[in-house]
Amino acid sequence: MEYGLDLEYSFNEFLKGFGLSSEIAHIIWLPLPMLLVLVAAVVGVLVTVWLERKISAAAQQRIGPEYAGALGVLQPIADGLKLLVKEDIIPAKADGILFTAGPILVLVPVILSWLIVPFGQNLLISNVGIGIFLWIALSSIQPIGLLMSGYASNNKYSLLGGLRAAAQSISYEIPLALSVLAIVLMTNSLSTIDIVNQQSNAGILSWNIWRQPVGFIVFWICALAECERLPFDLPEAEEELVAGYQTEYAGMKFALFYLGSYINLILSALLVSILYLGGWGFPIPVELIAKFLNLPINAPFIQVFTASIGIVMTVLKAYLLVFIAILLRWTTPRVRIDQLLDLGWKFLLPISLANLLITAGLKLAFPQFFGG
Amino acid sequence: MSIAITTQLICFTVLSLVVIIGALGVVLLESIVYSAFLLGGVFMSVAGLYLLLNASFVAAAQVLVYVGAVNVLIIFAIMLVNKKEDLKPINDIKSRRVISTSICLTLLSLLIRVDVTNVWSLSSPKNSIGEESTIRIGEHLFSDYLLPFEVASVLLLMAMIGAIVLARRDVMSKDISTGLPVDQELIEKSSEPLLTNKN
Repeated sequence: MEYGLDLEYSFNEFLKGFGLSSEIAHIIWLPLPMLLVLVAAVVGVLVTVWLERKISAAAQQRIGPEYAGALGVLQPIADGLKLLVKEDIIPAKADGILFTAGPILVLVPVILSWLIVPFGQNLLISNVGIGIFLWIALSSIQPIGLLMSGYASNNKYSLLGGLRAAAQSISYEIPLALSVLAIVLMTNSLSTIDIVNQQSNAGILSWNIWRQPVGFIVFWICALAECERLPFDLPEAEEELVAGYQTEYAGMKFALFYLGSYINLILSALLVSILYLGGWGFPIPVELIAKFLNLPINAPFIQVFTASIGIVMTVLKAYLLVFIAILLRWTTPRVRIDQLLDLGWKFLLPISLANLLITAGLKLAFPQFFGG
Repeated sequence: MSIAITTQLICFTVLSLVVIIGALGVVLLESIVYSAFLLGGVFMSVAGLYLLLNASFVAAAQVLVYVGAVNVLIIFAIMLVNKKEDLKPINDIKSRRVISTSICLTLLSLLIRVDVTNVWSLSSPKNSIGEESTIRIGEHLFSDYLLPFEVASVLLLMAMIGAIVLARRDVMSKDISTGLPVDQELIEKSSEPLLTNKN
């Protein structure tokens, strides 16, 4: 299966042409994909914020941002600049160190998780063997940051928000991990690349959503709950808790929370598209089209073309899911905290356990369809 | 010395320093909240040490279980009973500290002696299985380590049942600690929904 662009190899060969050793070439290469992914994540956030504003406006029959750039596309940048120049306030009775460390602890694991998001066969930062498990582990760090900022703010609403966030995050992590486990069972690998390749042999028909419909729904609900999006935005429910753990935050520290929640949303959408919607795969396999048009699959032109189709498909699928998430946010009411915990523990957990069991049974019964 | 080895050395030094200083902070700091957060830092650094040893699955499991579950629950519990109370000063605090320090130092010297005298059979990096370790761990868990694995799950079940018994006193007719009959009515009153009395 080793085809597609290998940018790292060509880049290293290019630098070696100048007489650099392979080690130095590797060190020069290392920050490039990280920087690229960081920029991609931030640009993705700007696009999502604009979409959120526009779609919410449409849902409420308003116009939404209009004056900053055409159709208000510069509005998120204006928002960001505003937050950047705002005064950085630490409340007098707050705990300074924990107050500052909280937002960082929320943001860093989310950004680290982008390590495993593939945009093509070789278009990811690192194809680590534990792949998707790394994301599950990293996302479990986030509640510590939320609890930390909730505690350090020295504010009842903040503390309640932080506690709610941690409770929510712990209860929804389990069904999330179980539904990922069902996919891993079918793939025989934790690597995101293998998960996408496993879905790539028959285009749209071989996507995991057809074989794991229950897992797909459970994962999507849990991902929304992990992102604290409405209908599950209890940690920052405005009417009850002012703004939850964000109440005391201003300026850049608030921006870190804001950035973290939107990067997390895009990351969740990307992971849903990787796990269930075929990742970078085109609905009709590209190899089939190339064969039909009598084009050699390994020609450089075709390679660049398939790589760009891969990136476009990944981003398209992710943004389709982001659109659904935004639409959900502006059209559904919030659940109560007891309903939230009931849903997590009494409904999603048994269902995802049963799904795992059935997947294992089906794998034994039909090894050719469910990964032998 | 190649760049990879230098990086490894720097990472090892930093991680070990964080583990040692963090662990000292967990024990010595007055504020229990700081101790809990530092404990999370120590767990993270231990996961980093596992990563340095090419055990990425163990590192991720360490983060998931110890940081994501154990430490979060510890912090959660501390914040739920967030009571600011001044503890009673202990009279012979100084002698207690001397005794505990000497016990700790004795244990430390014992460990150092084991470390120095024992001949460790170090496997060369060529023999390391790296990414394959996930599969190898799974195989071991379902073959020769099956019994300890299952016994550990029974232990967790016992802990869970114990927690439920402690939390739901109303299902017991006698109080666990005192042996007196439980006032069922009182518990019923406290768990009644708030909104039903309004009309």
